[in-house]
Amino acid sequence: MAAKWARKDLLGLETLSADEIGLILETADSFKEISQRPIKKVPTLRGQTIVLFFFEPSTRTRTSFELAAKRMSADIVNIQTSASSLTKGETLRDTARNIEAMKVNIIIMRHSSSGAPQLLAESVSPSIINAGDGSHEHPTQGLLDIFTIKEHKKKIAGLNVSIIGDIAHSRVARSNIWGLTKLGANVTVCGPATLMPPEIEKLGVKVTYDIKEAIEGADVINMLRIQLERQGQSLFPSIREYAMKFGLDADKMKYAKKDVLIMHPGPINRGVEITPEIADGPYSVILEQVTNGIAVRMAVLYLVSGVKERIE
Amino acid sequence: MKLREKAKVMDAGQIESAIVRIAHEIIENNKSVEGLAIVGIRTRGALLADRLAGKMGAIVDREIPVGALDITLYRDDLTDVAEQPVVHKTEIDFDIHDKVIILVDDVLYTGRTIRCALDALIDFGRPKSIQLAVLVDRGHRELPIRADYAGKNIPTSQKETVQVKMKEADGEDGVIVAEMEE
Repeated sequence: MAAKWARKDLLGLETLSADEIGLILETADSFKEISQRPIKKVPTLRGQTIVLFFFEPSTRTRTSFELAAKRMSADIVNIQTSASSLTKGETLRDTARNIEAMKVNIIIMRHSSSGAPQLLAESVSPSIINAGDGSHEHPTQGLLDIFTIKEHKKKIAGLNVSIIGDIAHSRVARSNIWGLTKLGANVTVCGPATLMPPEIEKLGVKVTYDIKEAIEGADVINMLRIQLERQGQSLFPSIREYAMKFGLDADKMKYAKKDVLIMHPGPINRGVEITPEIADGPYSVILEQVTNGIAVRMAVLYLVSGVKERIE
Repeated sequence: MKLREKAKVMDAGQIESAIVRIAHEIIENNKSVEGLAIVGIRTRGALLADRLAGKMGAIVDREIPVGALDITLYRDDLTDVAEQPVVHKTEIDFDIHDKVIILVDDVLYTGRTIRCALDALIDFGRPKSIQLAVLVDRGHRELPIRADYAGKNIPTSQKETVQVKMKEADGEDGVIVAEMEE
C-alpha cells in the first residue's frame, strides 16, 4: 500500500486522492473484526479526548461515531447546541477555540452550513471530522457506502452506481459522487428536475430524470431520503406523486439486475423513496451499511489521530 | 540509515528443522494437542504459525486451529512513531476460551511486542494458558517475558538487527544478522 495519511482533518472526499480513499477502506477492513469480539475495545486512543459537536439532529451518525471512539478507548464529550453557549450569542469559532483550550484531540462536527468544518479546521489545532455540513459533504457516509459496495462487489472501478432522489439537498450524494468517480465507477444521478442541481454533470456523472433508465444496468442503487426539513418551498406536487415516480418498489425492481445492491443512508421514509418490501428485501444492504459505518469511522479516527502536524 | 549484512545465522534447512523440533516439544510438553491452538503475530510470526500448525498437524494427524494477530492497535509507542502504521487484519476464527494458546513470533527482543500480543489475545477471551514460541531469541529484554520454545538463541548487540526472511513474504527462507552503518 503506497498511500500515507498526512491530513489533520477529514472534511470531504473531494480533496482526497484515490490512494487515500483506498487506505481508509483497507484500514476499515482491519477494524471491522473488533466489533465482533466479545470485548469490543482496543486501547489505541487511550487518553485522547473527542468532542461530538452536533448542530443538527442525528441518531445513526452520532451513535456510530460515539461507538467508534469508545471501542478505541477514547474519552468523548457530547455538546448539544440547544444547551450550549451558542444560544447566548457566542460564535462558532469562539466555541471551538474554547474547546481547543481544553486540550481536545478530535472534534467531530455536524452543521447546517456548508463549509463550517473547514472554517474550524483552519483555525484550531484539534482534528476536525466532518459529520455532515449542509448540502456539501458527509465523507464518512460516502466512505461507508463505498466500503459496503466493495465488500459485495470486490471492486469499485467499472461498476454502475445510480443515486436516486433529492440530489440537490444531499451531502451524501456529493460525497458518494466524489469518492466513486475517483475510484473509477460510472455514476448516474436521477431525480425530479426540481431536486437536481444545475451543472451536476460537471462532477463526471450521468443525469437522468427517468428512474427506469437509472435502474436498468445498475450494479448498485443508492436511494436518498427526501429531506423535507431542507426544503423551503414545495419542490414536487405531493409525497404520493414522488413515491409513484421516484420511489423504489417491487414494480420498478423488475428493471433491475439480478445481483443489484439496494442502499439507503437512512433514516428511511418508508413508502416514500423506498417501499418496506424492498428496504427489508434480499437485495438490501441497508443495515450492513450501518454496521460498516463503525469500522470506517474507527479507521478515520485512527488515521487522523496519528498526524503530528498541527496548527500552533 | 543503511544496514550491512554481517552473517547468515540460519538457512532454509535450519529453519525447517527448528520448526519441526518446536512442534515436537510443544506436543511433548502439553502431552496432547487437545484444546491447543496456535496464534501467530503478523507478519512473519503468522507465517511461522501456519508452518508450525502444519508440522504439528502432520505429527498428530489432526488439524490444529491457527489464527493471526495484528498488534498495531496495542502498541505502546504509537505516540512516538512518525505516522500511523498500517493496521492489518486479526483473524482468529475459533473461541480461545479455555484453550492452550501457542503464541508465535519470529524474533524475541525487548518483549514489548509480546506484551501487546498478550493484551490483544486476552480481549478475545480467557485462554487456559499462553505459551510463547519464537524462531530467534536475541536477548535484550525490557519486560519480564521469556520464550517457552526457541528455535535458536542468537547473542546480539543492540546496534545489530535480526531479520527473519520467509518464502511467503520475502521469496526465500533465512535469518540474517545485520548492523546499522553510522
